[in-house]
Amino acid sequence: MNPAKLPWSVEENPRLSQWVDFSEPGIARVFSAKVELGQGIVTAIAQIAAAELRLPMSKVVVVSGDTRSCPNESYTAGSMSIEVGGTSMRMACAEARRAIVERAAIMLNADQSSIAAEGGLILLDGAPSKLDYWNVAREIDWQLPISGRAPFAALANSTSLGKSIARLDLPAKVTGASFIHDFELPGMLHGRVLRPPSYGARLESLDTSAVKNLPGVVKIWRSGDFVGVCCDHEYQAVKALEGIGAGARWSESEVSADSRGWRELLPTLRSIDSETEAGERPTTLKNLRQLSATYSRPPIAHASMAPSCAVAVYDQQGLTVWTHSQGVFPLRGALANALGIDESHVAVIHKQGAGVYGHNAADDVALDAALLARQVPSRPVRIQWTREDELAWSPLGSPMVIKIEGTISPTGDIVDWSSQIWSGPHGQRPRPHGPVNLLAAAHLDPPIPFPEAYEVMSRFAGGARNSEPAYDLPHRKIVLHSLPGLPFRTSALRTLGGYANVFATESFMDELADAAGVDPVEFRLRYLSDPRARRVIETAVKLAGWPLNGERGKGRAAGIGFARYKNSAAYVAVIVNVEVDRDVRVSKVFAAVDAGLVINPDGVVNQIEGGIVQSVSWTLKEQVLFDGRRVTTRTWDQYPILRFDEVPELAVELIERPDSRPLGVGEAAQGPAAAAVANAVARALDVRVRDLPITRERIVAAGTAQ
Amino acid sequence: MSTTHTIVVNRQSHQVTVDHYETPLLYVLRDDLRLKGTRFGCGNGSCGSCTVLVDGHAQRSCELPMWSVEGKSITTVEGLGTLDRLHPLQRAFIDFQAGQCGYCLSGIIMTAAELIGSGGEPSREKIVAALDANLCRCGAHTRIVKAIEAAWKASATGVVR
Ligand code: FES
Ligand code: FES
Repeated sequence: MNPAKLPWSVEENPRLSQWVDFSEPGIARVFSAKVELGQGIVTAIAQIAAAELRLPMSKVVVVSGDTRSCPNESYTAGSMSIEVGGTSMRMACAEARRAIVERAAIMLNADQSSIAAEGGLILLDGAPSKLDYWNVAREIDWQLPISGRAPFAALANSTSLGKSIARLDLPAKVTGASFIHDFELPGMLHGRVLRPPSYGARLESLDTSAVKNLPGVVKIWRSGDFVGVCCDHEYQAVKALEGIGAGARWSESEVSADSRGWRELLPTLRSIDSETEAGERPTTLKNLRQLSATYSRPPIAHASMAPSCAVAVYDQQGLTVWTHSQGVFPLRGALANALGIDESHVAVIHKQGAGVYGHNAADDVALDAALLARQVPSRPVRIQWTREDELAWSPLGSPMVIKIEGTISPTGDIVDWSSQIWSGPHGQRPRPHGPVNLLAAAHLDPPIPFPEAYEVMSRFAGGARNSEPAYDLPHRKIVLHSLPGLPFRTSALRTLGGYANVFATESFMDELADAAGVDPVEFRLRYLSDPRARRVIETAVKLAGWPLNGERGKGRAAGIGFARYKNSAAYVAVIVNVEVDRDVRVSKVFAAVDAGLVINPDGVVNQIEGGIVQSVSWTLKEQVLFDGRRVTTRTWDQYPILRFDEVPELAVELIERPDSRPLGVGEAAQGPAAAAVANAVARALDVRVRDLPITRERIVAAGTAQ
Repeated sequence: MSTTHTIVVNRQSHQVTVDHYETPLLYVLRDDLRLKGTRFGCGNGSCGSCTVLVDGHAQRSCELPMWSVEGKSITTVEGLGTLDRLHPLQRAFIDFQAGQCGYCLSGIIMTAAELIGSGGEPSREKIVAALDANLCRCGAHTRIVKAIEAAWKASATGVVR
C-alpha cells in the first residue's frame, strides 16, 4: 500500500530524473544518497528498484552517495534508510514504470490496459512488442514530478522484494580490495596528521628538520595546532609522522580536574533543561509506594575496525573528496565552509568504509585530506588516521545519567512515572550550513572552534530518545538536562540516547515488578495495549522457553528487555541467559522483531544479530576513560570489545507484517539487549548493577552498596 | 637506508626495495604489490585485520618487518581464491552472509585458512580458539563461526564446491 504522505526525500527531490535513468540500453540506473555502511542498504535499494521496475536485479545499477548525481537525502542514519530512502525509491520506480506503460500505450496506439512492462520488454496483449523500456524512455519527459500515487508492486509477485537476496558487496570484500582504504588514484600521495596530545593543548614549537630529509617526504604543512605530512608511500608517512611528533613541543592544560564518576559528576554540570509531561496523576489512590533508581552509562567509542580514511584532490575543477561519510551532501557544505570556498566547487563521493555505527571520524578525515590536498594542487592525497587517534579523537557517544521515580499502588499498578536525564549532545554531525564542526578546523590558525551544542526536548533530542516508556501509564514526566560543557566532543553513536534510556526504563520496570511481586513479563504486558508490542514479547518468551521467575542469586538467570526504537521504528523484545562466575557471560540471546514490511529478511536478521552483539559488548566491557586532559583508552588493549569466545548464541525470529510500512531495525535491538542483560544479572546475583558497563568491579561495588 | 628483499607472494616471486628496513610486510603488500585485500586495523598486532599466511602460518603482517620474511612464501586473500574461483572459505562466507561491513573478513578468512588447512576434526571450539586475536566490530561473529565450520567440514569430507 502506498503511504498517504510523500516521504521527505521525495519532497526534497521531486523529479523522476533525480532517481532513475534509462540512458544506457539494458540498464536502469537508480540514484540514492543512502550509502552502504555494512548494513546492506545498497542491496535493499537494488531489490526495491528491481521489484518496482519489474527488472532482474542484474539490470539495476545503484549509484549511491555522489553529490554530482544523487538526490540530496542528507544523512544515512537513524534507521531511516529503508523507511524514507527505500520508500522514496519505491515511489520513484513505480512512477517510472507507470510512465513507461503510459508512453508505450501512445507509441503503440493501444489501450493502457493491454500494455505490460516486464523484464525490460513492453508486452502488448501479453506478447512482446517492438518496444522495450529504453526506446520508450527516450520519449518520456523525466522532469515529471513524482506523484506518489503509482501503485506499488505486490510483494507476492516479486522475485526480489521480501527475499533474502545475498549482499551485492560481499564477494568483493572476501576476495580483495573494496574499501576507500584500498582506493588509489594515479600520483596519489599518502598523508598523516599529527593530533595534539590532549584537549586544549597548544603547539608551542615544531622542529621538522630531521623529517624533511626522510625518504619520500613531499610536503609538511602546519597551521596553528594542525600539522600534516604527505609522502610518496604510506610507510614513509608513518615514519614522517613519528618524526614530526618527536619534534613537536606542546603546552597542555587540564580541561576538567574532576575525577568523580559520571553518576556523580553529570548532575553537577551546567545544564539547559526542558521537559515533557503527559496524562494525569490519579489523585484518589492511597497507600502508594515510591521507588527511585539512578542509572548511568559511560562515554562509548564507535571503535570502527578501520581507522577513518579519505582521499581528496584539488584541481581546476575545484575540490573532489572521496569519503566514507554518512552524509555526502552535508559534508560538502561543511567542507566548503571550512575551506572558505563555494559549495559548487566541491564534489563529495561516497566509497565504502568499515562500519562506523554513527558519527565517527569519517567527516573529520575528509577535511584533513582536503586541507593537505590544497597544499599539493592536482595531486590526490590519501589520509588515514591512526588506531590511537580513531579511538581518542573521534566524537564519543555521550555519557548519561538517568534518574527514574515511580509510584505503585498496593495492587502493583504504576500510577506515576517521572525521569530526569543528564546527557551531552548526541547530534553534532557536520551541517551543510552554519558552524563547521570538523576536528581540524578547531586546530587551524585562525581556528574555527566547535559551536556550543545542546538539545531541547523534542522527538529529535538524542538524549531523550526512548525516554518515554512504551507502556500505558496514567502520568509521566521527563526532564532533559542537556549538558553543553562536557570536556570532550560527543555525537551520534548508534541509538543516540536510546541505548541508555531503554537500559534504564527496562531495568526500572523490573525493579517495579519485583516491588510489586509480579513476574516481569506479566508486569510489562499489563501496560501494553499495542498488539504488536505484546506479540514481540510473547514471541520472545516462547522462543526462549526459559522461566523468567527462576530462583534468585544462583549465578544463572534469564532477563528480558523490550522497546520500540524511537517509539516509532521496529519493535524488539530480547531475552538473554547469563551465567555469572567471576565475570558475566551472556550465553544465549533470543530476540523477536516486528519490522513491518521487510525488504530483505536475512539482512534484517543480520542487523539485529550485530546490534545485539555490539550491545552486549557495550554493556559488559566498554568505557572510554578520560583523565581530565585526554582520552586514555587509545588501543584495543585499553578499549577491549567483545571477542569471539564471549559472543552468545543467537536466535532471532521475525514477525512478518507485509501490509505495514517498513520500520528501521539497525538500532532497534541495542537497548532491549542491554536491559535484558542487566535484568538477568540482577536475578542471577540478586544484586542490581545500575552503572554500565557491568564489570566485575561494578558488581562488587553494587553488592557492597546494597 | 634502503634494503631489497625477495619474497614469494601468492606463488609469485617479487623483489622489493624499501626505505626503512623495518617496513612491515603489510605496507609492501598494499602499497608496492597493490594487494589491498590485506587491511590495516591497528598496526600493533591486536586486531587481526592484516592477517596473511607466511609459510602456511597465519601471521600479523603489520608486525612483520621485511627482513623477517626474506625468502618466505606469503599468501594473501587474493591468493586464496578469486571472484570466479572462490576458495571454499570465501564461498562459505557468502553462503552464510557472514559479515556486515566486511572489513575484518579477509584477516579472519586467512586465520581460518591455516586452521582448516591443518586437517584435524572440525570443531566450533577450535574455530573460536583460532579466532582469539581477531576482532569484528559489527557483531558478525556467529555467522563467521558457522561459515568456517561449514567450509572446514566440506573440505574435511572432500566435498569442496
Ligand atoms: S593491523 Fe595488524 S593486527 Fe591490527
Ligand atoms: S563485519 Fe564489520 S568488522 Fe566484522
